[in-house]
Amino acid sequence: MIKFSERQLKIPRMCRPVYLVTGGMSKFGRALPEKRTEELVIDAFTEAARFLNLSPSELKSYIHSAYYGHFADHFGDQLLGEAVIHDRLGLDPLGNVGIKTGGATGGSTLWEAFKAVASGYSDTVLAMGWERMDEVPTDEGNHYIACAADKDWETPLGHIYTGYYAVMAQKYWQVFGKSEDSFRRTMAAIAVKNRGYARFNPHAHGAMKITIEDVINSPVVAHPLNALDCCLMSVGAACAILCDEETAFKLTDTPLRIDVAAGSHTLRPADRRDMEIPLLPNESSDQYKDLGERFPGGDRYPGFTGFLAARMAAYYAYRMAGVVDPTEDLDLVELHDAFTISDIQTYEDIGIRPYGEGRDYVESGDCYHTNPHTGEPGKLPANLSGGLIGNMHAVGATGIMQVIEVAQHIWNRWAEMHGDEKKWQAFGREKPADWKNLQVVGAKRGLAISHAGVGSHVTATILSHPDHQLERRA
Amino acid sequence: MSGRADRGTVKIVNGRYRPSGHFHYIDANTPIYDESGKLWGVTNPRDITHIHTYGGEAPFFEALKDGRLLGTKCENPDCDYVGTTYMPFRIHCPDCLARNTVVDLTKVANSTAVIHSFMVTERTGAFNTLPKPIKFINVEFDGVDTILMGSLAVGDPIIGQAVVPIFKTQDPTFTILDLSWVVKGTDASELPAGFSFG
Ligand SMILES: [Zn+2]
Repeated sequence: MIKFSERQLKIPRMCRPVYLVTGGMSKFGRALPEKRTEELVIDAFTEAARFLNLSPSELKSYIHSAYYGHFADHFGDQLLGEAVIHDRLGLDPLGNVGIKTGGATGGSTLWEAFKAVASGYSDTVLAMGWERMDEVPTDEGNHYIACAADKDWETPLGHIYTGYYAVMAQKYWQVFGKSEDSFRRTMAAIAVKNRGYARFNPHAHGAMKITIEDVINSPVVAHPLNALDCCLMSVGAACAILCDEETAFKLTDTPLRIDVAAGSHTLRPADRRDMEIPLLPNESSDQYKDLGERFPGGDRYPGFTGFLAARMAAYYAYRMAGVVDPTEDLDLVELHDAFTISDIQTYEDIGIRPYGEGRDYVESGDCYHTNPHTGEPGKLPANLSGGLIGNMHAVGATGIMQVIEVAQHIWNRWAEMHGDEKKWQAFGREKPADWKNLQVVGAKRGLAISHAGVGSHVTATILSHPDHQLERRA
Repeated sequence: MSGRADRGTVKIVNGRYRPSGHFHYIDANTPIYDESGKLWGVTNPRDITHIHTYGGEAPFFEALKDGRLLGTKCENPDCDYVGTTYMPFRIHCPDCLARNTVVDLTKVANSTAVIHSFMVTERTGAFNTLPKPIKFINVEFDGVDTILMGSLAVGDPIIGQAVVPIFKTQDPTFTILDLSWVVKGTDASELPAGFSFG
């Protein structure tokens, strides 16, 4: 049983507020041999500048330091790729730094950028993330990804990351899913939802109109996960510009207040030790007393069923931003749906539902843009971008893409950024005849979760409309 | 295995690495064209042998060839978590950072190991040497605070199933691949080549 000191559980209190003013994304694809990484990065930056009706050089004139998220150097066979990108963006001699935390790299890049503004070091910063996973064949790519596991204790076992990850899915499936067909169908519904929403996103490369049966009948990767339960492997770039209050209101009338927090846990799930569940503001200490009775095997925390890093990121972030109940206080979320089952696990880690009851978020219809049971707006729509399953997982860019997607809803500019015929054409993609505007009407606050592998790093980013902030208690 | 001649090997002499043979091989790169003959890029072949120390974990990997499973334990009386036992082997206590004591967990494994979770997959990455499908298992032991990742060589993985360790005592690789698991009651004749119960 491990415990944390009060100092370690202190809620971060920043020196000044930080705002998101714009963001941009490139096209995402499984392979994009027509472009070098710097071209994708410039595409993302140019979109961010245009969003504010600025030229790229006008936007650049505000930037004081730059934060670059790029995880897998070995895929690109280029160390210090950050220096290449920084030069190609014409940002020398400003200070810059590379950030890598596996699948959470994008979120961690925002975390660093956020702190740079909050501390007063910079008034405007660039957070740019990218990934290039198309320059080795899939087999070698699987080996490279497996290098993010422990090189002596895990990687030699199959050189396949899924192997180190899916054991946790199996445990969750048996303990909290009770190996039920109905639970399997709920998992599949997430894949159907996210691939379906991706159809309305011109950036996305995993768009599919499919059914629950299609997911259940797709090739088995590792039972209970099939091919259509798994996220994409992508190439692309995404960026965000963060500012202090004065600069933010100079650049836009509605900068979004941003708060970012992070948590971590062991690289090897094998090293996880038992502890008490750290409670979120909407939970009570006695509600989990009978968890092991209701779900035999579910009394070991975090065991293999919870992501402690996600719980801790939410623990800090909710209190920083004043969130008590995420379902009540937020209007939409973008979650790290690496696998359908880990998406469900995350609902519990971040308090959308209590531990053991994550599936209800899907089954109730709350996670949809439009609740399929009632035809009314979903209570807390999730992954309207298509997520990692339908849109992309270009690792260093993913966590930034999520935040931009949430922001475009709060700015009420989702339709403009996703419906533009010219963008669909420029990306060589056909806009579907039944394209639907997924704008969450009246969205004021949202959350994005960026997550690494077996849960070694997780960040939680909360965006709030400047006129609709919650009461902060930190 | 690679057909390259004289692939590099290393000895330690007076505490220093003493490499001999070839640690890399040079192959020409090739152009990447499209259908029209336009150049898009190039291939960049790489064949490099890395050198890696096990440091304080070396006793674990060395003991496998003798059929022994070593873990560690914090015995620092000033540690809030004194007595915590680790498998996988941890050189230092993560709480007090004192050096842990090495403990032989072979008997504990043989009598108490059960499957905590598992996963079966046909998919592997480049450089995999395990037979497919791979049956990944996580093993929990009585009195051990962590849960070891491994692979099941014989039998069907079921949560709660009792398993016992097997060791590559013949031609060991000195990697984690020298350790595998079988369901309790497996006959010695069913073990993969080179493996024994220790
Ligand atoms: Zn200790």
